[in-house]
Order: sequence, then structure tokens, then C-alpha cells
Amino acid sequence: MLDALTLVTGVAALLLAAWCGWAAYRDQPTKDWHFIGMAVVSLLAVVQLVIGIVQLARGEKPEQGTTIFVAYLLGAFACVPAAGFMSLAERTRWGSVTVAAGGVVLAVLEVRLYDIWGG
Amino acid sequence: MTTVDEKPKRLISGPGMLLVWFYGVMVVGAVSRSAFQIATEFDRAPLAYTLSAVAGVVYGFITYSLVRGGETARRAAQVCCAAELAGVLIVGTWTVLEPSAFPDATVWSKYGMGYVFIPVLLPLSALYWLRRNRADGTGNGGEGDGDEVTP
Repeated sequence: MLDALTLVTGVAALLLAAWCGWAAYRDQPTKDWHFIGMAVVSLLAVVQLVIGIVQLARGEKPEQGTTIFVAYLLGAFACVPAAGFMSLAERTRWGSVTVAAGGVVLAVLEVRLYDIWGG
Repeated sequence: MTTVDEKPKRLISGPGMLLVWFYGVMVVGAVSRSAFQIATEFDRAPLAYTLSAVAGVVYGFITYSLVRGGETARRAAQVCCAAELAGVLIVGTWTVLEPSAFPDATVWSKYGMGYVFIPVLLPLSALYWLRRNRADGTGNGGEGDGDEVTP
């Protein structure tokens, strides 16, 4: 797949994690700016999802199987928004920790996606 | 299961939310993984894939209990977390002692090393969290009679 995009998404996810981790450290809930950050990372995941599907449609095959690849694409796409909604329900530092954890999970998913595609 | 009139005590406030997130991730991970493997290559490692599926179900139940809240759910979650911890330790030890029984990894292989040891850390923190939220305990809740209004 587009290695550059995978890398950018992974790094962005880690940055988001660090940012929200910082907010948690300062005992703050997620704020508007954090949600804009989450939106940016989610947008990257959406672009990745679309590109991944287009590449599958063009007949390219991931090394470890199409089903696993699509499952991970969907997981990566849902990851940060899910954490974001949970932080909306939990307006304390723990909401920020949850989003930070979401960022880390997304970064791990990106590494797996890279492997699955056969980078 | 008795019908409870009390308002369920929230188990997902504060750190509980983080627990729900990690349990949710593990549910998706374990269930989708085992569903895929059981559907496509069950014969290769039946034991490993079945164990992953069981782990997924346990994770699912704990997640549901945490979200539902209340004393009954708290107790049920506590039992499941203990079972989960036992499962991780037993399967972990088993995979270390006799790797040949597991041609493919499970969620709990080597104490969850493939999942950054989250499978072994999660039940420990969950048990700690659930104990702190005992109805008669010193946790941040009140008595089990539901004195708090859940939003």
C-alpha cells in the first residue's frame, strides 16, 4: 500500500497520543483542539481506507490475505473516532488517557497494516 | 438473576472508561481474529483458535458488565476477570512449557506477549478497579442503593 501514508498516519497517531497524554498529565479533559487533532488523524485513516480498497479493486493482493487487510483497515478507521466519543462521555483526564491509548492502538495497527500488505 | 430496582452504579467513570476502551479493543481483536481463523483454517490449530474465541467471549462479557454498571454486574465482571487472569496464566505457562500444543498463537500465548502483555495487565487493573468500587467499599461510589444520578 502507500507506505508514506501508513507512516504519516502512524506518526500522526503517536503525536495525538502524546498530545492527549500531555493533557491527561495536566489533569485536563479533551478540548476542541484535541478533537480537531482526532479529526485530522481520522481523516488520514479514511484516506487510507479508500486507497486500500481502490488498490484491492485494481487487483493488487496483500501478502497476508485480503480479509485480514480489510479488517485492519476498518479497525484503523474506527479506532480514533471510538476513543473520541468515549472521551466525550468522560470529561476528565481519563477521557484524555483513553484518546491517548487510542492513538497508540492506531499506531500499532499501522505497523500491522504495513506487515500485512507485505511492505 | 434477580431483578434489581436500584439504579446501577456507574463502573465506567474515570479510569473505568480507559478499561472499557482496552477491553473493547481486545474484544474486537480476539473475536475477529478467532472468527477468521476458525472459518478459514480451523484444522491447523483447533485448540489455539478455540481459546482465542473463548477469550473474546469473556472480554465481551466483561465489557458489557462494565458498561452496564451496578453491583450484580460488578460481581460478575470480577468473576470473569479472575477467570481471565487464570486463563492468561494457565495458557501462558502452557505455551511456554509445551509450544507444540499450539501450532499458532492465541491471544493469551506467552502471557499475551504479542499484545504487549495487555492480556495479563488488563485483568489485574480491572480487578483492582472493581474492588475499589465495591458497594461496601471505600471507593468513590456510595452504598449500593444508587444515590447518584447517571447522566
